[in-house]
Amino acid sequence: MDFEWDLFVESLPTLAAGAVTTAQLAIVSIIIGLLIGLVGGLARVSGLAALNGVALFYVTLLRGVPLLVTMLFLYYGLPSLGLLLEAKAVAILALSLTNGAYVTEIIRAGIQSIDRGQMRAARSLGMGWGLAMRRIVLPQALRRVLPPIGNEAITLLKNTALVSVIAIPDLLRAGTDIMTWQANTFSPFAGVALMYLAMTLPLVWLVARLESRWRVA
Amino acid sequence: MSTIRIRNLHKSYGATPVLRGVDLDVAPGEVVCVIGPSGSGKSTLLACLNGLEPFESGEVIVDGQHIGWGPERGGARLRVPERAMTLARRRIGIVFQAFNLFPHMTALGNVMEAPVQVLRRPRAEAEATARALLDRVGLGHKMLAYPADLSGGQQQRVAIARALAMQPAVMLFDEVTSALDPELVGEVLAVMRKLAEEGMTMLVVTHEMGFARDVADRVVFMDGGLVVEQGSPAEVLGNPREPRTRAFLGRVLRPDSISA
Ligand SMILES: Nc1ncnc2c1ncn2[C@@H]1O[C@H](COP(=O)(O)OP(=O)(O)OP(=O)(O)O)[C@@H](O)[C@H]1O
Ligand SMILES: [Mg+2]
Repeated sequence: MDFEWDLFVESLPTLAAGAVTTAQLAIVSIIIGLLIGLVGGLARVSGLAALNGVALFYVTLLRGVPLLVTMLFLYYGLPSLGLLLEAKAVAILALSLTNGAYVTEIIRAGIQSIDRGQMRAARSLGMGWGLAMRRIVLPQALRRVLPPIGNEAITLLKNTALVSVIAIPDLLRAGTDIMTWQANTFSPFAGVALMYLAMTLPLVWLVARLESRWRVA
Repeated sequence: MSTIRIRNLHKSYGATPVLRGVDLDVAPGEVVCVIGPSGSGKSTLLACLNGLEPFESGEVIVDGQHIGWGPERGGARLRVPERAMTLARRRIGIVFQAFNLFPHMTALGNVMEAPVQVLRRPRAEAEATARALLDRVGLGHKMLAYPADLSGGQQQRVAIARALAMQPAVMLFDEVTSALDPELVGEVLAVMRKLAEEGMTMLVVTHEMGFARDVADRVVFMDGGLVVEQGSPAEVLGNPREPRTRAFLGRVLRPDSISA
């Protein structure tokens, strides 16, 4: 099968529409995943057995089940629980819950990597646990875990390709659609691959920039 | 009334008793140096004093606040709630051997942090106080330096200024010069000496016998989790009564080690 330049160019607008959906899903899920990971990571180090237990259960579950299975489970399972969600909402739920589980463990490890003397010093100045965490420990921990969190964000972006199984017109789906009409896989898929790349590169750049900006200490 | 009052303090780590009934008082304005062999429980004592370590029993009162356990009622004591301990810690300054400066903040930021965040002082006011304190410890020219760019002695002086910024009723020092290169010890001791002369109440765990001899109002010798002997520096360092004190001093007081 040959690469057809015309077909490649023709497919770009359709692909771009799919890419917008992919980007939306990714951005929303990354943000929700970060928030979940922050809460989860804090729960893991809170020293409260119940909170830690709930967070550990969540992490174990979501890391142990393939994202595709989680997504299909929610897509077919939630309606039978009487919860009707749009396909996009299900996709965001599955993506951010899975991402949140990984981010939880990254943030937990980051917090635990900060010297205990930092917490002691903060507490000895009259800071409560929460204030010491927010002002002293977390800023240092987050700096340290920025690279792995950036990796998770990139993984999530690429994992959005799985949402085409629940009939969301994302970038991959746009590519497969064109392929079906045109009976040419190569040309539109070159466009698909390039567009995923075009979306991951800014993320890579953003993480690198934040890293260099936060290099103090 | 004593600024620090400790009665029959017991503390273990697991099954190992570390403090085995410590009694100690520090009067307002008094400078007390605690000496003793490694593992005798000196650091643990300071950690109990500001409630960073829980202890099994005993009475600890610092600046009128009960630490760890509340006042005795009907033969029993209730644990002091964490909130009350957090409040009490505002009045107890502590400086650690390992400095523990906040690496993501400048020297000025380190000193301002607690007054702004804990005491809710206006930034401008907190900054003016912090600048004055950094000047006092001889770091007026390093306000905007990050800890990583400061020498050990400079970092430790920032740590002292940071603790002073809370206007504590008492300052606790835990071997604050032990991690320093020898040539940097003097600058930190000089700051502490000045603080003592200005009337600060201080409990100083130290291996610097020269400092204890010259600055302390009282020297306390601890061993095996107990206060073994205490008295004026001349008594304890010059003419110790207890064999254990004598043995310890014999090990550490080589003639050349008395300096400062
Ligand atoms: N977190 C801990 N867990 C278990 N044991 C501890 C802990 N901290 C201290 N210990 C033990 O308690 C004892 C007293 O320790 P502490 O640090 O109070 O001694 P110290 O007098 O300060 O000694 P040094 O002069 O070496 O600083 C030691 O035997 C030590 O091993
Ligand atoms: Mg010690």
